Amino acid sequence: MAAGVAAWLPFARAAAIGWMPVANLPMPVAPAEKNKRQDELIVLNVSGRRFQTWRNTLDRYPDTLLGSSEKEFFYNEDTKEYFFDRDPDVFRSVLNFYRTGKLHYPRYECISSYDEELAFFGIVPEIIGDCCYEEYKDRKRENAERLMDDQEDNKDAKLPNMTFRETMWRAFENPHTSTMALVFYYVTGFFIAVSVITNVVETVPCGSAPNQKEVPCGERYTVAFFCMDTACVMIFTVEYLMRLFAAPNRYRFMRSVMSIIDVVAILPYYIGLVMTDNEDVSGAFVTLRVFRVFRIFKFSRHSQGLRILGYTLKSCASELGFLLFSLTMAIIIFATVMFYAEKGSSSSKFTSIPASFWYTIVTMTTLGYGDMVPKTIAGKIFGSICSLSGVLVIALPVPVIVSNFSRIYHQNQRADKRRAQKKARLARIRLSKTGSSNAFLHSKRNGLFNEALELTVKEHRLRKSTSLIESQHHHLLHCLEKTTVSRNKHFNHEFVDEQYYQQSYLEAGLQNYPSRSPSLSSQEGMTGTCCTRRSKKHHSPLPNASAPAHMQPLTHTHPHKQGLQELSTIHIQPLSTSRSSLNMRIDEPAPLNCQSSQITTAVISIPTPPVTTPEGDAHLPAGPAHQNVVKVSAL
Amino acid sequence: MGALMVIFSLQTKQRRKPTDSVEDELELSAVRHRPEGLEQLEAQTRFSRKELQILYRGFKNECPSGVVNEETFKDIYAQFFPQGDASTYAHFLFNAFDNDHNGSVSFEDFVMGLSILLRGTVQEKLIWAFNLYDINKDGYITKEEMLDIMKAIYDMMGKCTYPVLKEETPRQHVEVFFQKMDKNKDGVVTIDEFIDCCQNDENIMRSMHLFENVL
Repeated sequence: MAAGVAAWLPFARAAAIGWMPVANLPMPVAPAEKNKRQDELIVLNVSGRRFQTWRNTLDRYPDTLLGSSEKEFFYNEDTKEYFFDRDPDVFRSVLNFYRTGKLHYPRYECISSYDEELAFFGIVPEIIGDCCYEEYKDRKRENAERLMDDQEDNKDAKLPNMTFRETMWRAFENPHTSTMALVFYYVTGFFIAVSVITNVVETVPCGSAPNQKEVPCGERYTVAFFCMDTACVMIFTVEYLMRLFAAPNRYRFMRSVMSIIDVVAILPYYIGLVMTDNEDVSGAFVTLRVFRVFRIFKFSRHSQGLRILGYTLKSCASELGFLLFSLTMAIIIFATVMFYAEKGSSSSKFTSIPASFWYTIVTMTTLGYGDMVPKTIAGKIFGSICSLSGVLVIALPVPVIVSNFSRIYHQNQRADKRRAQKKARLARIRLSKTGSSNAFLHSKRNGLFNEALELTVKEHRLRKSTSLIESQHHHLLHCLEKTTVSRNKHFNHEFVDEQYYQQSYLEAGLQNYPSRSPSLSSQEGMTGTCCTRRSKKHHSPLPNASAPAHMQPLTHTHPHKQGLQELSTIHIQPLSTSRSSLNMRIDEPAPLNCQSSQITTAVISIPTPPVTTPEGDAHLPAGPAHQNVVKVSAL
Repeated sequence: MGALMVIFSLQTKQRRKPTDSVEDELELSAVRHRPEGLEQLEAQTRFSRKELQILYRGFKNECPSGVVNEETFKDIYAQFFPQGDASTYAHFLFNAFDNDHNGSVSFEDFVMGLSILLRGTVQEKLIWAFNLYDINKDGYITKEEMLDIMKAIYDMMGKCTYPVLKEETPRQHVEVFFQKMDKNKDGVVTIDEFIDCCQNDENIMRSMHLFENVL
C-alpha cells in the first residue's frame, strides 16, 4: 500500500460503518492497538546532518531498514538519535520516499553509490517513480556495459590450462597477449600493405624501352610481381587456415565478415592459377583481379576505427536508404525535365533520360564538370533551377535528415523501451496487488488457525507479527467479507486466490454443493473448514515462509459425521505439500514431511469419502478426488 | 511555390495562438482550499486538537491542494480493495461525505464525516448510514437504491470469491434487507423504520462500536 494512502486507512475503516446495517453476520474483532503511543518525532543523524520525521512516517514501510526494528541497531543512547554513517545527500531521496511514497533518482548521483544506499536501507529500486525510472535504467545499463568492457579487458589474464588451440585463438583476437601474437600481427599487417602497394604499382607505367610504347610495370616485371603476389597469398592462406583451425566455432567463423573478406582476397590468385592461358575467361580473370583490392579491408582487423565505422554504417542503413531514395526522386524529376527541355536542340548530349541522370547528379552536387551542358533556353532555365535546388536538396536536408533520423531512431528506441517498461510496470503493479491480497488470505488463514488453537496453544511463534497497519487493513477486508451473504444465509463470501476461484467456477457448473463457512466460531455448531483451497498447485509463494500451512481444524466431533477418526497429534505441513496431502487417500501412506517448522496440537478428523448428506452443517466437498486429509504427526 | 505554402501555414499558426493561451491560463489557476481554524474545528467535531492535527497532516499529504475531488477519492479508496472495483461504492461514499454537494470534499467535510463515524452516538451513525443508502436524499430507501448500493458493495469483492458471485446474489441480499427493515411492507424504508430495526438487531449494534478506537 502506498505511504500516503496508509494515512487514509482510518477513513476507510470508519466508512466501513456503511456496511454494517446491511450485514447479517457478526463482524470480526478489530485488532487491538497495543502500546498505542502518541506520534513522536525521531531524529535521524546521517553523517552529521540531522533529519527529523514522525515515527509513523517511517513505519509505513515495515520491510525496510528504517521501518523495521533494524534501525534500533543504529540507536545512539547518548544523543537519543539514530546515527547512520552514510551519504546524507542520497539519504534525502530515501527519506522523501517515506514521506511521499515515491522514490526519485537524483540525476547528479552516481548510479552505483545510489544503488548501494538503496541496498543499505533495504529499498528495492524497482519502486522508483515513473518520472525517474527511465533515467535510472539508462544509467544502470551504461554502467553495466562499462563494467562488462572492463571485465573483458581483465580476461586477458592467462587462464591456467588452455589448450594450444585456445591459446592460438586468443592470440589472433588480442594481439597484445603475447609477443608471438604481436609479431604475427605486424607481419600480416606488413604483408597486407605490401600486397596493396603491389597491386597499385602494377598499373603504373614504368620506364619503357626507347622504341616500345609505355607498358605498366606489371607487364614489364611480370616475374617479380608474380613472386610478390605469390608470397603474399601464401601468407594470407596460412593465416586463414590457422584462424580456421583455432576458431572455437568453425562454422560461425566461416560465416563472419572478416573471413569472407579473407577468402575473397586470396581467391582470385588461385582461380588465376587454375585457369591460365584460357582466352575465353581471361577477361573474367582480369575482372577478378579487381577483387584483390579487398585485401585492403583486411586492415580492419588491425584498425578499431574501421570496425566502428562499418558498424555505424550498418546500424544507420535504413536512414541512409531513405536519403538515397529522396535523392533519387529529385534526380529522376530533374533528369526528365532536362531531357524533354533539351529534346529539341540538335547535337544535344541529353540523348535519353538515363543519360540526363549524369548531368543532374553533377549539377545538383554542384560539381559541374561541364561535359554536358544545356543549349536551349528552357534547358538553361531548368538547369539553373536544378543547380539551385541542388543546393537546397542536398546541402540543407542532409544534416537535417541526419539529425532527424537520429532523433527518430532514438525515439523508436524509447518507444520500445517504454513498452518494455510498461510491461514491467504493469507486472509490478499486479504483483503488488496480488501481494496484498495474498497477504490478506494468508493472514486470514493464520487467524483461523490461531483461533483453532485456542484449545492448546503451544507455540506462539506461529503468528508472524504483521504490522499494525496490515492487520487493520486485513480486518477491514474481513469485515467486507462478512457483509456479503451467500445463499444459505449462514455463510458469507470470502476472498480467494485466482486458482481456487477458477476451479470453483468450473465446479459450480458441475455440482451445486453448498458453501462452507470459514468461521470457526461455533455459531451454528458447524465445523469450520478453512480447507477451501482445494486447488492442486499454489502459484505464488507466500511472503511468510515460516508460517504454517493451512489446515483443517475441527474443534469438536460432529454427530453427523460417521467414520470420524481423531488423531491426537498433528503435523502441520508447509503449504506446498499440504495440497498434495489434501488429495491423498486415507489408505495411502502419506510421506511425512519433516520440513515443517512448527508444532502444535489440534484435533483433526478424517472424514469419509464423499459425504452425500448435506443436512447438518458439515459440508464437505463432494468432488470424488478430494479427500480432506491432513496428515498429522508431532515432531 | 513550396515556399509560399510554408509562409502561409506559418501565418495561420500564429493567428490561432492568442485565444488558446487565455484559456490555458484560466485552467492553470489551481483550486486551493484552506480549512477553518483549529479551534473552530475542535468546537464542531468531537476530535481533540492532536487528533485533528494528525488527520490534517495525512489529508494534506495526499491532497496538497486541500480538497479531494471524486477521481482522487476513488483512487484512494480503490487502493484498499485491490481485488475488486471500488469505484461505485466510492462514488456513493463521496456523495455521503460531500455535505454541500459542490463536487469536492474539503477537510471540514472530511472531518465532520469522520467525527460522526468514529465519535458519534449510535443514532448519529445510523443516520449517516441511512444517508449513504438514500442516494437521492429523499428520505426513503427504495429497493432500486438499495440494489445499487448492494451491487457496489459486491463489486468491491471482485471476481475471485468463494462461492462464486451470481447475478442474483445482490438482489437476494436486498430482499433479505427489506424483509428485515421494511416493517409496514410499503416497499420503502424510512429513517424511523431503519433506526428502529437496527437498534433491535444485536449484531448491528455491536458492529457499530467496532471502529471506535480507530484514531
